[in-house]
Formats: sequence, C-alpha cells, structure tokens
Amino acid sequence: MNTMRITFLGLVCSVLMVPAAFAGTLDTVKSQGFFNCGVSQGVPGFSNPDENGNWSGIDVDVCRAVSAAIFGDPDKVKYVPLTAKERFTALQAGEIDVLSRNTTWTLSRDAQIGLEFAGVNFYDGQGFMVRTDSGITSAMELDGASVCTNLGTTTELNMADFFRANGMAYEPVVFEKADEVVNAYDEGRCDTYTTDKSGLAAQRTKLADPDAHVVLPETISKEPLGPVVREGDGDWADVVRWSLNAMIEAEEFGLTQSNAKTECALTSNPVVARLCGKEGGTGAGLNLGESWSYDIVTMVGNYGDVYEKHVGENTPVGLARAGSPNASYKDGGVLYAPPAR
Amino acid sequence: METERSKLGSFLFNRSVQGVFYQLITLGLVALGIYYIVTNTARNMLERGLASGFHFLGVESQFDIGMTLIEYSPTSTYFDSFIVGLLNTLLVAGIGILFATIIGFTVGIMRLSSNWLIAKIAEAYVEILRNIPLLLQIFFWYFAVLRALPKPKQSLEIYDSFFLNNRGLFIPDTVFGEGSSIIFYLLWLTIIISIGIFIWAKRRQNRTGERFPAFYVSTALILGTFFISLAATGFPVSFEYPELKGFNFKGGIKLIPELVALTFALAMYTASFIAEVVRGGIMAVSKGQTEAAKSVGLKQNLILRLIIIPQALRVIVPPLTNQYLNLTKNSSLAAAIAYPDLVLVFAGTALMQTGQAIEIIGMVMGVYLFLSLFTSLIMNLFNRFMKVDGER
Repeated sequence: MNTMRITFLGLVCSVLMVPAAFAGTLDTVKSQGFFNCGVSQGVPGFSNPDENGNWSGIDVDVCRAVSAAIFGDPDKVKYVPLTAKERFTALQAGEIDVLSRNTTWTLSRDAQIGLEFAGVNFYDGQGFMVRTDSGITSAMELDGASVCTNLGTTTELNMADFFRANGMAYEPVVFEKADEVVNAYDEGRCDTYTTDKSGLAAQRTKLADPDAHVVLPETISKEPLGPVVREGDGDWADVVRWSLNAMIEAEEFGLTQSNAKTECALTSNPVVARLCGKEGGTGAGLNLGESWSYDIVTMVGNYGDVYEKHVGENTPVGLARAGSPNASYKDGGVLYAPPAR
Repeated sequence: METERSKLGSFLFNRSVQGVFYQLITLGLVALGIYYIVTNTARNMLERGLASGFHFLGVESQFDIGMTLIEYSPTSTYFDSFIVGLLNTLLVAGIGILFATIIGFTVGIMRLSSNWLIAKIAEAYVEILRNIPLLLQIFFWYFAVLRALPKPKQSLEIYDSFFLNNRGLFIPDTVFGEGSSIIFYLLWLTIIISIGIFIWAKRRQNRTGERFPAFYVSTALILGTFFISLAATGFPVSFEYPELKGFNFKGGIKLIPELVALTFALAMYTASFIAEVVRGGIMAVSKGQTEAAKSVGLKQNLILRLIIIPQALRVIVPPLTNQYLNLTKNSSLAAAIAYPDLVLVFAGTALMQTGQAIEIIGMVMGVYLFLSLFTSLIMNLFNRFMKVDGER
C-alpha cells in the first residue's frame, strides 16, 4: 500500500509541476535549427507553392528574411499552409512561430486574441471583382448581388459594413477555402467576388478566363497586411519586426540584392555600413550575428527586389507599385521603416 | 489483538473493498487531470492575452449570413448567429434524415427484389455511393448543380411562379390573410378526429376482425374540411410570387443551391448505408414467417406490411439510429460548400472575429452531443414501442 501511495503522490507532483511557461522562441528556434512559418494555401505572388513544393511570394520572403537573419541561410523554414480560419489558432498553439499570410492588422486581433503584429509588408484594401459582361462599373451598383468570399477574414465584416452603410442588400456566400470561392465564382454562383485587391489580382490568374473579369475601382477598406507573432515574446517579435524593417530600409538607401556586395565594400555612408553589418553592433541587441541585415539583403533582397519579383508589373499578378501606398515614402508611398540603429 | 489484525486484513483484502479503492483512485486521477487542464488552460490564456468568458455572446456580430430562418442582421448578437447556425444545421439534418430514410428503405427493398435488373441497380447504387468519400460527393453535387443551372436571367420557369437558376430554387410563398385562423383550427380538429378514427378502427378490428378503411376516411375528412372551410371563408390566402429584380429574384421562398446540394449528398450517401441495414433487417425475418402468412391467405403487400416489416424494424432501428447520428454529424461538412450551418457560421466566422476558440468550440461540441443524445433517445423510445409484447 505504501509504495502505491508514494507512486500516486509522485504522479500528482509531476503533473502539477509541469511548467506552463515556454522558453523564448528565438532560443528554441536556434537550437532546433529551423522555424515554422504559417502561409496561405496558395495565393500567387504572396505565398504559393510551385510544382516541387517550393514556396515563394512576398509573404514567404518575410520568413526567408527572418531565416537569413538568424541562420545566415534563407531556407531554414518549414512552411505550414493554413486556411484563414486556422491561422490564429495555429499561432496561439505554437504550431507555427511566424504567421505570414496576408493578415490584416486590426485592433481586436492585436488586443483580444493574443497576437502581436510585427509590421506591414503590404498595404492593401478590399475590392470587388465582377464579370466584364455584367456591365457593372461601380461597387455602388451591387445592390442585391450574391457575394462570394472566404471565411475567417476581415472581408466578411467590411462587406457587411459597406452594404449596410450604402443601404444595399446582398447575399453572402462564404466558403472555408479560397479555392472553392474561386471555383464557385467561376461557375457563376456569385455576381461578385470580394477580398483584398491584391488577393483579387492574384486569384484572377486562377480563373478559367482571367480577361473576362474586372476589378471595380472602389476600395472599401484599409487592409494593412503583415507578419504576426505570439504575444508575450518581445525578443522574437523584435527579430521578425527588424528583419522586415531591414528590407525596407535597405531599399531606402539603395542597397539591393545585386549591388550589396560591391556597395558594402565601398560605402562611406554610416547607415549603409550598419546595414552591411560593418559597424553599429545592431546584431547583438537582437541576439543575432552582426551580418544579419547583410544576409537578408544578399540572400532575399530588399523590399523593392521582393515586390518586383513576386507581385510587380512584370509578374502575372501585375500590381503596379508606383502611385500605390506600397511605394517607398521617398516616392510618395507610405512605406517607411524606423532606423535600424 | 490477533483477531483485530485479521479483521483489518480481511477488510483490506476483500475484493469489493479493493474494487472501490481502485475506482476511487481512478476517479481522483481523472478529476485531477481535468482540474489541471482547466487551470493550465486558464493560466496560459491569461499569459497570452486571450480573452475568455461568454460575454461576447451579447455583443453585436457585425457580419451577415446568407440564409437565415429567423430575423438576422449585422446588428444582431453573436448569440443570434449561434441560433441561426443551429437552425440551419437542424434543417439540413431533418430534411436529410427524411429523404435518406425514404431512399434507403426503397433501395433496401429493391435489393431483395426477385427481378434481376432491379436488384442489380440497387446493388450498384449501394456499392458506388457508400464507397466514395462524402466530401467528394458534396463537391460533386454542388459543382454539378451549379454548372447545370442557368444564370438568373435565363431561369427555368414553370407558370411564371417557380424559378430555377444557379442562385437557387424560388417558389411562391403562401400568405394567409385575415380570417384564416379558423381554417387552421378546423385542420387541427380534423387531425385529432382522424387519430381517434384510427384507434377506434384498430380496436374494432381486434374485437370483431372487421377492417375499416381508416386511412381513406380520415384523408377525405381532413382534405374535405380544409377545402370547404377555405371556400366558406372566401379564400383568405394569397401567394407572393418571386420576381426578377436587378441581380436576382426577390419575394417568395428561396432554396439556396448549397442547401440542395448538401441535403442531396447527405441523403444519397446515408441512404446507401440505410439500404443495407434494411436489407439485413428483412433477411433476419425467417422465411417460415412468409410461408405461414401465405398459408393463411394474406396478400403479398399485406405480408410485407403486417408480418415482415414490424419484425424487421426491431432489427433495423438500432443501426438506423447510428446512421441518423452520422448524417447529423456529417452535416458539418457544410462549411466546404458555403452552406451557413453551425460550424461555418459560429465555429467559423464568429470564432474568427472573437478569437474565443475554447468557448465556441465547447458550445458547438455541446450542441452536437445534445443532438446525438436526443436522436438516440427518440429512436430508443421508438424501438421500445416496436418491441413485440412479452419479448425480453
């Protein structure tokens, strides 16, 4: 009986003493040699797998930049495709370490559901796509329309707001996965398909006849999209935030993927020298190596490189950067990075 | 002293005492486990800044839902969205169960047909439908339905009152005007009288052996009274016809294609299992029963109705309950094709907007548990009712 009692007490103690807290994400990531990055299930230009399962896109490049900063290698990332519905739970539960999946920064997400936004890598807004032959030219003509969209997004709330504010009726048709939305819209279930305009441009490439569809001019919301981490781990949030900022600042100072090597050797500009990891000691503050920002620029590229490669005018997504909020503040956009010093 | 110890010993080594002891330990461990999970979850949620509690249910939801059986708008609360989702789930489960039962019984009896072609058709139905994953079938019917149907402007129409297009089936709604309540009172009255007729006919048959056409008499009574009262009150009933306005039809009753596809897929799939249950039940009734019935001169349809089916039902009902439960739970696949059921609306949109996964998933699990237990209860009562008197 005694031995049984001791075993029992031991069991009780061991159960009660299991720690609820976790070691810092950065330390864990460094020791395991990779981290998990939550991405979409395929949005061309943002996060999309090719036929070999290699992911690419501007959201993917945020994770690659973080990987380059930590490991000096952009490919120490495991990508976890998630639906919009799953993404926050996956992050909260620790299944992923960074969520980089065109996620809109809102107050309720920041304050209520245990998320911390690490910045904005794409300024977007919600729009509507319709068939060209419907003859619709403005979102204000959509009274009574059936609207296809997907679940778990700010989109659902924005369209409710938009139709309510303008006294119009509509029928929401809400799917769990983006591919089913595209299919159903293509089959004519809906008069219009709504999501972020970048998403419309990306999904349009998946339609049977992309040229038969047009995105309406109205933008009905602000959608600042960016990478997200768990709340309560400031060190890890800093790494993600500054990896993104370094990409933006590198562009502001003309440091590109192709010229970084020569620029860094020649430069006399102290800002560029800091970005090149030659002075300033910025890496120590982030618990990273001194070449972290140099690695990002040479291995992944600056913001402009990444933008033009994945969503710029010469890509199938074809989103012009000039004149959009995503241009650098120097060119009249709102992209502006705090100084990396 | 010696006896004391042996008393204690015999107490400790008593099998039933030991049994209770181990059960208490197990119970304690389970309780401890639950306590640990709850407190640990609460602490972690607090640490990670997650909101908790149920006050979100009273907050305005701010989103809209495509199909609602009650009044609902973005200014309704999250609790309203819960009710909307729940009703939509009940609707699809209810219609699904009804059709699955009808198709299932038909196919099950067809499989036992002595006609080779009919039996083989039924066999093919069962083997194909029950061996393809349900989600694929739902997608198939949904996109098949969407592709086959025309756009709203080219709707298929019947007498300018029924319209079918890829936005759904639109049918006229009946609007009951003033003075129509008397018709409903009479309707209820005739239904009660009909039940009385059935009971009386049964008793009389038991007593005298004479049969009374209770079905025809009560049908005539109900329909006759209904139409006569309708005529007497001057037809206070009007119809609201669907009309094409802008993008779509307005007015009337609308059945969205998601509902049609989902119900169809669920009913067809579950029917293939029910068919096998029915076949098994009928085959479980011994051949001697049929032969005995024939020898007393009963007709074929009476043999089926009076001898075979009542005995088969006792075998059929328990596994049938299982299929009903499966259908109800499978209805949560609705999320894949945008049918706004409980999972899509509440465990989907509402969960995303509030982030309160634990509360919401808990509520949804509770609902499915309740629905399943409730279905079980009804079917158990039915089974008790079907039991042959004197059977164990």
